[in-house]
Amino acid sequence: MTLQKPDKTKVRQITRRAGLLLGGQVMFMGVLGWRMRDLGVKQNAQFRLLAEENRINIQLVPPTRGLIYDRQGRLIANNIPQYRVQMVREQIKAPEVILDRLAQLIPISPKQHDHVLSLMKRRRSWVPVTVAEDLTWEHIAAVAANAPALPGVTPVVGSYREYIYPHEYSHIVGYVGPVSDYDLSKTDDDDPVLRIPRFQIGKNGIEAKIEKQLRGIAEIKRIEVNSVGRVMRDLDRKAGASGKNIQITIDTELQTAALKRIQGESAAAVVIDVRNGDILALASAPTYDPNKFVTGISTTDWNALLNNKYRPLANKTVSGTYPPGSTYKMVVALAALEAGITDGNDHVNCKGYVEVYKQRFHCWRRGGHGKVDMVRALRESCDVYFYDIAQKVGIEKISDVARRLGLGVRHDLPLPAVHKGLAPTKAWKRKTKGKDWRVGDTLNAGIGQGYTLSSPLQLALMAARLGAGTQIEPRLINSIGDELLPIKGNIPLDFDPKHLDIVRRGMFEVVNHARGTARGSRITLPGVKMAGKTGTSQVKRITASERKRGVIRNADLPWERRDHALFVAFAPHDNPKYAISVIVEHGGGGSKAAAPIARDIMQAALLLDDTGYGAMPSQKRRTDDPDEQTPHIISTKTDPV
Amino acid sequence: MSYSDLYNDAKLPTGASKAFALNWGLAVLLIAASCVGFLMLFSVADGNLDKWAFPQMVRFTMGFGMMIVMAFIPITIYRKLSFPIYIFALVLLIIVEFFGQVGMGAQRWIDLGFMRLQPSEFMKIALVMILAYYYSWIDKSLISKPQWLLPPIILTLLPVFLVLRQPDLGTAILLLAGAIVVMFIAGVSLWYFAAGLAAVGGLVFLVMYSQGHTWQLLKDYQYRRISTFLDPSSDPLGAGYHITQSKIALGSGGISGRGFMQGTQSHLNFLPEKHTDFIFTTLVEEFGFIGGMALLLIYLLIVLFCVVSAMTNANRFGAILTLGIAATFFFYFAVNMSMVMGLAPVVGVPLPLVSYGGSAMLVLMVGFGLVQSAHVHRPR
Repeated sequence: MTLQKPDKTKVRQITRRAGLLLGGQVMFMGVLGWRMRDLGVKQNAQFRLLAEENRINIQLVPPTRGLIYDRQGRLIANNIPQYRVQMVREQIKAPEVILDRLAQLIPISPKQHDHVLSLMKRRRSWVPVTVAEDLTWEHIAAVAANAPALPGVTPVVGSYREYIYPHEYSHIVGYVGPVSDYDLSKTDDDDPVLRIPRFQIGKNGIEAKIEKQLRGIAEIKRIEVNSVGRVMRDLDRKAGASGKNIQITIDTELQTAALKRIQGESAAAVVIDVRNGDILALASAPTYDPNKFVTGISTTDWNALLNNKYRPLANKTVSGTYPPGSTYKMVVALAALEAGITDGNDHVNCKGYVEVYKQRFHCWRRGGHGKVDMVRALRESCDVYFYDIAQKVGIEKISDVARRLGLGVRHDLPLPAVHKGLAPTKAWKRKTKGKDWRVGDTLNAGIGQGYTLSSPLQLALMAARLGAGTQIEPRLINSIGDELLPIKGNIPLDFDPKHLDIVRRGMFEVVNHARGTARGSRITLPGVKMAGKTGTSQVKRITASERKRGVIRNADLPWERRDHALFVAFAPHDNPKYAISVIVEHGGGGSKAAAPIARDIMQAALLLDDTGYGAMPSQKRRTDDPDEQTPHIISTKTDPV
Repeated sequence: MSYSDLYNDAKLPTGASKAFALNWGLAVLLIAASCVGFLMLFSVADGNLDKWAFPQMVRFTMGFGMMIVMAFIPITIYRKLSFPIYIFALVLLIIVEFFGQVGMGAQRWIDLGFMRLQPSEFMKIALVMILAYYYSWIDKSLISKPQWLLPPIILTLLPVFLVLRQPDLGTAILLLAGAIVVMFIAGVSLWYFAAGLAAVGGLVFLVMYSQGHTWQLLKDYQYRRISTFLDPSSDPLGAGYHITQSKIALGSGGISGRGFMQGTQSHLNFLPEKHTDFIFTTLVEEFGFIGGMALLLIYLLIVLFCVVSAMTNANRFGAILTLGIAATFFFYFAVNMSMVMGLAPVVGVPLPLVSYGGSAMLVLMVGFGLVQSAHVHRPR
């Protein structure tokens, strides 16, 4: 074995290589230092933000939705506490075991059991899965008492909406339902409560239109959480507010009476208090049960509603528009009087028809009425008289009067699909049909046919304005929270009162004259008389050949082709309180089908002896205790990039 | 005639005077680094001393005492023990392969009842020792001869292969890197390193290039594993989650940090392995860039003290051993820091002297015991 003395060159080589190595190591440490500076100093703000996002979650306590009351202070829409149980996989080792334990406390069907397990596998581990719903307070108490044995299980107290008079208010109050992706996509509402799964928002009716005030403001808490989402401490909170209670102008008793009277038909009835515009009844038949929508309507029920030819989902009072028929004759009469074409006493000879440009326009009475003045023409609904004055006045003035009486104008009501109707003009026809206005169009408009369209609400409003002589506006909401909504338009109509009296006289005789078209529908109460007007609007034009064969009786026609029956009225005739309109779709003649209904509803209104608004119960509500509401946590965590 | 006779032993300190010849600067630096560890272990345990900090103090004190004792034993004795120690470590590795305990998903320990022995940690020192022995034994002229290159390569690849089978990629890389450094220091021709680098680079290129071709060298799932390994952000909720959280912690510290015990990332459990491999993130989160650089400076000084000691050491075995152990120490913290900063893939390597853990602490103190012995007994 040869051993050498340590030799100088070898040691020197070690020294040189050691120096190289040290240099490399120092360089690498420089890289580490540079990287540390890059992360901690240059990108500090960004990482600090990410750390905060990790740490802080926003917790929302959903606000209690405002309640809805009727005129007398009866509760219409209520919040019912609802108990359910949620489970989070993240905090559980064996979900099956926990679920079996839970099944001893609360009812869980085998199907639900499997469903929950598969959901927990599919969803992200921190997303809560609802195990059971619609539990009783006893169930929730049992789960809470056994909390130590049930990790990851949370009892949740929510609330759902209950409609106490579902059918009476289906078209007015509407309903709420869980927020859908579609809802989120079409709204620019950035309220964070909308991100709570299954949060209920208004979907229809007042619930949808006054959503913001009804919803309230969520209490927002910022909380510090650890990596598994456990709450470490509260950081700060922003107080929320319950939704505002709403009182509507509808009188539940009258609404119920009106609905009962039109039940079985496809019909609508509107009652307005002519003194302040309050809508006392807004009935559209058939109705539906909005409670079914709150919990999620079944496909069968939904299809049944959609396929019903009576269209239960439509609110016919504001969304349905119909040719007003003879109920439009007051408009034409008033237009003629205002234009000075007649003073109402001039006579027109009705021989059953008139010929204009070789086209025959028939009166409903084939033999004709003979000599008629304005009051008689209204009373007996002589078409020829109105052909005559309409032709002389012209469409522009007729439609102008119509609009002043509330027809063909959109009224500001918190309901969906409030239709404007149509009071046609020459310009309108040119613009939409591309054709010139013809004399025949004016004649048709003179008896409320042709292009004219009105909703039942508008017709009731017309009767109200004629009766009261004011420009009163319809009113559906009395108060939102503490704020009273004003009465609008309580100023006299810009018509000569003498002219209004002539029209009112005609309407009075319709009901109370021996030859009036609605003489069978007089009010039976002593000392009270009603003024009204019948209307029968054709759905289909009667052809010359049909007329030759003789007009077929309505009862012999298929339902869809029968005439609409209409009636408008106000009462008492000398001191009007209420105005009404009734339309029975395809109901036949107005005097037979609509007038008796209107008379009955009007009598009910007169008998109610409305004493104004009833007080709502105090703002303290059953489910208003904030501690009962389980907060919802919205994670602000962004996915790591 | 013994090897030590060649030196002028009269100059070397004897008996108790060896205490004065100890590298006290290095010892103080080791204490400083460990104190950083105690502080951070106290913090990540939410102020609980008994959880991690105190056991770590006990271990360090024992390890420090052992280092001092080892320093008094002449370096020549360690040189003679090099081969038996290597064989012993290799046998332990083979035993662990067949009878080892499974921990953290890998087979690494032999449970001796009173402690768990991790032979792969032990091998880090043993491999450096045997290679230092080899290069202090052969003639200088033979160092770069191919046939004389073969024994150290075999000595290295045997344990590397066994450790890879556990599987423990981090330790295997550290073993390989330590061996390469020792060969570099010993003076193996730079051409070999250049050739080795080219070969590895070529192989990697070929493997990656073959992907998608008909002669693809690896299976599809293996490529997927490689890409997840290299780029954890492609799996943000799995492997990437830890690195993302770690970078957030490092980045949110700023210049001076969020304050002792104030780090939200660690205290709210967003950090993985916060008391072991990821402890550096808590340090930087709570003490900022300044805190991180301070620890890096301590580490730099430790390496520097070792390099200076080796440069002034005329004993070839002692010099190579000192530099090899310093390099092993360097690789520990370089890999760990690169990993938590997102510069390197996540492999299980602790932060030396700071991370909680017995084996690594023990092995490091044994290594520094050898360094101290080489320092005390160095001929000039």
